[in-house]
Amino acid sequence: MNALAAVVSDSVTITRRNLIKVKRVPDLIVFATLSPIMFVLLFRYVFGGAINVPGDVSYAEFLLPGIFAQTIVLGSTTTGASLAEDLQKGLIDRFRSLPMSRSAVLVGRTFADLGLNVISIAVMALTGLAVGWRIHSSVPEAIGGFLVLLVFSYAISWLMAVVGLLVRTPEVVNNASFMVIFPLTFVANTFVPLESFPAVLRTFAEWNPVSAVVQAARDLFGNTPAGAPVPDAWSLQHPVLYTGLWTVAFLAVFVPLAVRLYSRTPGR
Amino acid sequence: MTPAIVVEGLVKRFGATTALAGVDLTVPEGSVLGLLGPNGAGKTTVVRILATLLQPTEGRAEVVGLDVVRDAARVRAAIGLTGQYAAVDEYLTGFENLEMVGRLYRLGRREARARATELLERFDLVAAASRPAKTYSGGMRRRLDIAASLIARPRVLFLDEPTTGLDPRSRQGMWEFIADLADGGTTILLTTQYLEEADRLADAMVVIDRGRVIARGTGDELKAQVGGQRLEVTVASPADVGGVRDRLGPLAAGEMQVDEQSRRVSVPVSGGTETLAEALQLLEGSGVGVLDIGLRRPDLDDVFLTLTGRGAESETGSDAAAGRGDPPAGHEPVAIAGAAR
Repeated sequence: MNALAAVVSDSVTITRRNLIKVKRVPDLIVFATLSPIMFVLLFRYVFGGAINVPGDVSYAEFLLPGIFAQTIVLGSTTTGASLAEDLQKGLIDRFRSLPMSRSAVLVGRTFADLGLNVISIAVMALTGLAVGWRIHSSVPEAIGGFLVLLVFSYAISWLMAVVGLLVRTPEVVNNASFMVIFPLTFVANTFVPLESFPAVLRTFAEWNPVSAVVQAARDLFGNTPAGAPVPDAWSLQHPVLYTGLWTVAFLAVFVPLAVRLYSRTPGR
Repeated sequence: MTPAIVVEGLVKRFGATTALAGVDLTVPEGSVLGLLGPNGAGKTTVVRILATLLQPTEGRAEVVGLDVVRDAARVRAAIGLTGQYAAVDEYLTGFENLEMVGRLYRLGRREARARATELLERFDLVAAASRPAKTYSGGMRRRLDIAASLIARPRVLFLDEPTTGLDPRSRQGMWEFIADLADGGTTILLTTQYLEEADRLADAMVVIDRGRVIARGTGDELKAQVGGQRLEVTVASPADVGGVRDRLGPLAAGEMQVDEQSRRVSVPVSGGTETLAEALQLLEGSGVGVLDIGLRRPDLDDVFLTLTGRGAESETGSDAAAGRGDPPAGHEPVAIAGAAR
């Protein structure tokens, strides 16, 4: 078997293993879908009335791409916690003693988590449609919107893989990720327009990749208000390109780093 | 015949700690080596290096003629590893666990499934085959773990404390499985802190302590190192221990050992049954209440005690290991820890 075929075959085996767990522990999927539904409803109905969006667009339309982005970025933290759990239980040791590809455990993990994110997005989109969110663009553009979100979340998964392999305690991985993910998804255009931010925070938010992801999704779903002011920052004028650059950079740094860490991390 | 495992001058340091201070050992193809030692002796470190999970600081190790560092990938294809903690996926069923590992060993789908079925039968797990491993008992998990390491018919199998934490019945069952494997020609390196286990399963033994080999040989050779028979006297009250020691002094061929807790005095003797008669005579009229007296061949606990100056820690795990920095001084009474006789 040549090297590439081996990576693919091993990765499929590991992805299957990870998805079986999702099937066996339905709580996982319940929580992965309930919290996004909760977020959609909370923001739509609790804050929706108080938050003014410039231009002629409902808050539901403004909000949904933001919720998508926040949820899948949070979803990607699963990658780190799950790897840390496998390390703790000695499973990584078993895998490392097998004649399998050195990257398959990571590829299989990130793909399974991508699968979970696909489910989350689907649930959120349906909930969104029920509370007034609409897609106003063409089908290819809408597909593009979902792809930008998923590809970015996949890159974050590899960052989280590095965190999981370094930290090695699932609970700590979770806490550490929340410390990073919450500011990253809140200091952004996720829930409110940037115009309301104080200057320093606003600059950070403009160049925050999460803002670009949200902006890209809004543009591609046709949820950007027609009368909205053109963003000042280059990052938000070219959100798809800017997101793409971050994604490539993340993958270029964290894929090799994660594989390296996997190959040498002792199990305990 | 070429040896299946060759280890030469193996040193492993973790920062300032030296886990292995130069270990040599050879395991002929098709034989079972028992790697014996207390907690923290370095047994697991040896196994992890041989299984390519750790790199040695110095020295070299070969498995089936392949260097474990340079040829790590090919070594992995030839070995099976069962660690101290059963590394099975608890959400997968027994069958799914075995199938997954089979696939990762590059078996075809059909072969992986056939092997999984075969091993579930052999390890008495058929009834539990379609249940998630989470529901398994400790013994079942351990069996599943060993089955997983056997799925690709490895030439060399590493079993790191395969019976630690198992109840006596599961341990007995595990011994039978391991003996079967050895009969089938698999080379096995078995680590254990149970002397009885090594005595029963291994063709040869290497005893390590604090990263060094302190003895090697067959069980009989090791016992011979300790010398001849021992006279053992168990008394009724702790107050009688001193009396027995005084009275039997003339018979002792070496250091006497006293286990205060079980009120047992163990005396190395040079003679045979006539010694027993002599002992009875010496004790007669002394007022000492003797519960039990007998001659015994040394077992591996005695070997351990003689070699390390302290008993093997068998049950208490890390608590015992914590105290092992200060071996009892030579003349103090020494508790004989370890397996009950």
